[in-house]
Amino acid sequence: MAGHGPAADWGEDKATDYKEKLGIYLFIVYCIVYAGFVAVNTVSPKLMGIILFSGLNLACVYGFGLIILAIVMGVIYNAMCTAAEDRMNTPAGEGK
Amino acid sequence: MIYEASIAAIIVFVVIVILVLGISKYFASRTTSSKGYYAAGGTIHWGVNGIAFAGDYLSAASFLGICGMIAFMGYDGFLYSIGYLAGWVVALFVVAEPLKKAGKYTFTDALDNKFNSKAIQLTAAISTLVVSVCYLIPQMVGAGALVKPLLGMPHWVGVIIVGTIVIFIVATAGMASTTYVQFIKGGLLLVFSTILTVSLMVNGFKLTPDKNYHALTAMEAAVEAGKVVGVGDSAYSIAGQHEYKGVDVVMLSKDGINTWWSLNTEDGKSVLKEALSTTVLANGDKLYNGEPKEKRKFFQVGAMSKIIVDGKEVKETGPVGPFKFLDIVTQGEVLRFKKNKVHDDGKTITIWTQNPTSGATIMRPGLKFKVDEGSTFMSKLNFVSLMLALFFGTSALPHILIRYYTVPSPKDARKSTIVAIGSIGFFYILTLFMGLGAMTHGVLDLESSNMSAPLLAKFFGIALFSMISAIAFATVLGTVSGLIVAASGAVAHDLMSNFAGIKMTDEGQVKAGKISAVVVGIVAIILGILFKGMNVSFLVGLAFAVAASANLPAIFMVLFWKKTSAMGVALSIMVGMISALGIILCSPSMWDKYGLDPATAPIALNNPGIISIPLAFITLVIVSILVPGKRDKEGNAVRI
Repeated sequence: MAGHGPAADWGEDKATDYKEKLGIYLFIVYCIVYAGFVAVNTVSPKLMGIILFSGLNLACVYGFGLIILAIVMGVIYNAMCTAAEDRMNTPAGEGK
Repeated sequence: MIYEASIAAIIVFVVIVILVLGISKYFASRTTSSKGYYAAGGTIHWGVNGIAFAGDYLSAASFLGICGMIAFMGYDGFLYSIGYLAGWVVALFVVAEPLKKAGKYTFTDALDNKFNSKAIQLTAAISTLVVSVCYLIPQMVGAGALVKPLLGMPHWVGVIIVGTIVIFIVATAGMASTTYVQFIKGGLLLVFSTILTVSLMVNGFKLTPDKNYHALTAMEAAVEAGKVVGVGDSAYSIAGQHEYKGVDVVMLSKDGINTWWSLNTEDGKSVLKEALSTTVLANGDKLYNGEPKEKRKFFQVGAMSKIIVDGKEVKETGPVGPFKFLDIVTQGEVLRFKKNKVHDDGKTITIWTQNPTSGATIMRPGLKFKVDEGSTFMSKLNFVSLMLALFFGTSALPHILIRYYTVPSPKDARKSTIVAIGSIGFFYILTLFMGLGAMTHGVLDLESSNMSAPLLAKFFGIALFSMISAIAFATVLGTVSGLIVAASGAVAHDLMSNFAGIKMTDEGQVKAGKISAVVVGIVAIILGILFKGMNVSFLVGLAFAVAASANLPAIFMVLFWKKTSAMGVALSIMVGMISALGIILCSPSMWDKYGLDPATAPIALNNPGIISIPLAFITLVIVSILVPGKRDKEGNAVRI
C-alpha cells in the first residue's frame, strides 16, 4: 500500500492538548534563555569573561546553566505530563 | 604525526568489534519483518532507547570533534556542546510525542500522515538521504582519524573497516542491532569519559605535563631592517625568512636540516622561538620539522605556560576539583599555536608558531567565532546562524527521529528523550574538561584536532587509551549504523514502496532495505576518504544546518498549523535543502576547500541556517495558502 497511517492506534489521550500547550510554553521559556545566551555572546562577548563565583566566569555558568536547565525542565515536563495523563485518562469511577 | 599500533588497543578494539558483530548476528535471526528491521519491532524499553539516543547522538562529532575544537579553540568549541544539547529541548517539548503518534518507520511517514502525498514522499525521502549523507561524511572522517593511532593504519583503511562492519550490522538486523550497539556504546562512552575527566582532576596541572614533553626552545637574534642577520646559536645558519599575516618566520639550517622559528620581540630584544612545521616537497614527500616522519621530530604540544593558584605563580597544582580546574585555566596562560602557510620554491610549508594565550581569553567566546576583536556584522551573523542551526537541527535529524518508532508508546518516546537529555547533557559538561585537559597536557597533534581526546587518554596510560579509542570507534560504528538505517528506510520504504508504489512483500521490503544499506555504506566509504582532514564537528554543524532548514519547518508546521498543505510541505523541504546546500557550497569554508581564496567566495556566510530556515518557513506558509489542497469542513487536510 502506498502511504499509510501510524503504526498503532494509541487510543484517545485526553491529556494531549494539555501536554502540547505545556510543551510549547516550556519551549518558549527555554528559547528565551537560549536566545539571551546567543545575544550576549554576539553583542558583548567580553561580558562572558566576568567572574561570577568560585573562579567561574559568566560563559561557564550560563553554558552549564543551559545544559542543567534543559535536564531540569525535562524532568518537570515529564512529571506534569504523567500526572495529567493519570488524571485525565482515568476511566470514570476510578478517579479520585 | 607518527602513531604506533598498541597491542592492548588492538585487543580491545577486536573485542568490541566481535561484540558488535555478535549482537548483529543474534538479532539477525529474529529480524524477519519490516517492523523488526526498521523499528526494532517497536518493543525497546524507554531507558534502553534513551541511552541508545545518547549513543546515536554522541557521535564522532561530539567526542572527537568537540573535544578537539575545545583543545584548539577553547570555549568556542564548548558552544557546540551547548547548541547540540539545547536542540534536545525542541525534540522533547515539541516533536517527540506527536511524531511518535503520527509515524510508523520513517520521518516521511510522520510528515505524510495527514496527506498521503507523492510530493511529500519524494521530497522527504530525498531530504533524509541528503542529511544522512552530510552526517555520514564526518563520521567516516572520524573513523579514519581514529584508526591511525589505534591500529597504526592509514586513514582510508579505517574508513573501509568502519564501512564494512557497519554494512554488516545494518544489513543483518537493521534497527534492533543498531539500538543495542548504541546502548552499549553510549553507556561505555559516559563511564569512560567520566573516568578520563576524574583522572584529569586528580592529575592537576604542571608546567611540564610529563617527562617526555618537548620543551620548545628560543634564542636571541640580530635583526637589521626587519631581516634576521645573526642568531644566538652558531650551529645554526639563516636559510630564509617570510612574513605571513603579520607573523615573521625564519628558516634556520643545522646539519643540513631546516627548521622554522618565529621572530618575536621580548623586553626590547629580538628572539627566535622554535616552531613546528610540515613541508610538502614538489615530489609529494612530506617532512616533519625538516626530517622524514620516522625521525619523530613532530612533537605533541600544548601546555600551561603560566599556572596561578590563589594569586601565586606555581609549577604544578596537585589534584583539583571541577571548579578549581576551570579557575586555574582562566587565571593562567596556555601555550597554543598559530597556523601559518608559506609557499616557497615549489614547496608548501605549514608552520605552527607559539602563541601563548591568556586563560581568560580561552574561557570566553572569540577565538574561533569572530564575535569579539576583529569581528564584522557578517562574522557575528555567522555565529548566530550556527547556533540557530544547532538548536533546530537535532529534532530534524532522520536517524534521531526514527528512534522514536522503536519504543512501544508516545509516553515511552517522551521518557526516553528525557533519559537522552540527562545523559547527553552530562557528557557535554565533560567535554569542556576533556578539551581543556587536552589543551594543557602536552598531547595535541597539531595536524589533527580530532585526535585530542584519544591522545589525552593515552596520557593516562595505554589501558585508558585503548578503551577510549575502541569506544570512539564503536561511536562511529553505532552512529553510522543509525544513519544507514535511516537512509535505507528512505530508499526502500519511502521511495520504492510508498512513492513508486512497487508492490513488495514484507520480506521483500526488508531485502530492499538491506540492499539500500549496502549501497549507502559504499557511498559513505568513498566520501569518508575524500573528506579526510576536516574537523568533524564543523562538518556535523553543516549537516545540522541542512536538517534544520529542510526538515524542521515542515515538521513544526505539520504538527501545529492546520492550514499546512502537502504542496507547502514538499516545496518547503526542497527550498530549505537547496538553499542550505547552495549557501554551504558557495561559502568561504568550501572555497578554501576548493583551493580558492575564501575572501572571494560569493556568499560570506559559512552557516546557512539564518537564511535557509526562515526561507523554508516562508515557502511553506505562502504555498500552503496558494495551494491549500483538499480540506474537510473544519479546514483539516484530507488524506488522498
